[in-house]
Amino acid sequence: MSPGLVYAAGGTLLFALGLYAVLAHPHLLRKILAFNVMGSGTFLALVGLAQRGPHAGPDPVPQALVLTGIVVAVSATAFALILARRYYAATGRLDLPPEEEEGGP
Amino acid sequence: MSGGPWLLDALISLALVWTAWRALAAPDLFKAVVLFIAFGLLMALAWVRLEAPDIALAEAAIGAGLTGTLLLDAVGHLAARGRGSRGREPATPFAPRLLLFALSLSLGAALIGVMATLAPSPVDLRDLVARELDASGATNPVTAVLLNFRAYDTLLEVAVLLIAVLGVLALRLAAADTGADVPVPAGAVLGGLVHLIVPLMLLLAGYLLWAGVHRPGGAFQAGALLAAAGVLLRLSGRLPPLLPPSFWIRIGLAAGFTVFLCVGAAALSTGSLLEYPGAAAGGLIALIESFLTVSIGLVLVSLFVGAPAPAGETVERRGPEGTA
Repeated sequence: MSPGLVYAAGGTLLFALGLYAVLAHPHLLRKILAFNVMGSGTFLALVGLAQRGPHAGPDPVPQALVLTGIVVAVSATAFALILARRYYAATGRLDLPPEEEEGGP
Repeated sequence: MSGGPWLLDALISLALVWTAWRALAAPDLFKAVVLFIAFGLLMALAWVRLEAPDIALAEAAIGAGLTGTLLLDAVGHLAARGRGSRGREPATPFAPRLLLFALSLSLGAALIGVMATLAPSPVDLRDLVARELDASGATNPVTAVLLNFRAYDTLLEVAVLLIAVLGVLALRLAAADTGADVPVPAGAVLGGLVHLIVPLMLLLAGYLLWAGVHRPGGAFQAGALLAAAGVLLRLSGRLPPLLPPSFWIRIGLAAGFTVFLCVGAAALSTGSLLEYPGAAAGGLIALIESFLTVSIGLVLVSLFVGAPAPAGETVERRGPEGTA
């Protein structure tokens, strides 16, 4: 059980937690928060798995990929928040309407 | 891997999962975002333990800092008391939620089980990177991978940043440009702090940019620090209006991607795309990183500034705290 595997396991749990929260919470801001947690879990799993060997040192390639991922995650979060604001301005609510209220197909 | 027992790593891992759970389950959205910022800082600690100081810097500045700022801004504008949903909406019914929880947990457990029994990877790029490091133009292996070996990924990443800014500019409400979002004059403490801290942040950003070639650091961390300085200036009312962007702001936003693309395309004449000529690799990386830093800083500040209070509503203030 190397440190890399420990963090990979933690990252996987974070991903599972985030997945549940995205699907279970109707509030848009909570979904965005949950997506960020899923992303962080994925990054941990990526680097943790790459460095899971007992003798292994830091592996620069997954680290560079995760750095890219963090920047992409903040871009996506910012864009999602702008969409949420427009949605709030247009409808006055921050959660998606339940199915009975939606119009026809 | 750094020595020492793995107990510390297990504790940090558990703390990460616990903080994330508390953040996602908090009934109050403000508390949830604050816990998320704490989660980001714990992640930075985990990155240090995983011997990834570049990621730790980026996670603290961008993952915890800027994302937390954007979320806090959104919560304050959209979900504060008396306006919009507070986040205490009725949740989905209990039985489907339980099933969902069980499914997610079993998915996680199955993945962990697979990970625990994985054979060592047949591909190990560490040696390849170490062998080619001298020819890459950077001594820090992560910078070499980011800006030379896998420069294409970084180019597209900067393009994603630019697209996000374009999205923010496109979706801003027209009312936002009428001056409805007047920057608030800072109280005495914030004003004094800004006078002290912003020059230091600019200096530190320059250092991180320069150090990124040989040590942990680089364009993204430096750009994030610039953006944080911009956010502080904005919060204390000292940032000149950035949006709608003037000609020079537009140049600044696009400069990083453009310079990167031009350098990469110019390399087509001597090799393939983004294949820097050997002797000039160091200088080209420095050039690209400088423009990237300015661009990334501007883009991240614009992402923050581009989200004003909803039209027709004034943001609540606690009352005048005295002008700076």
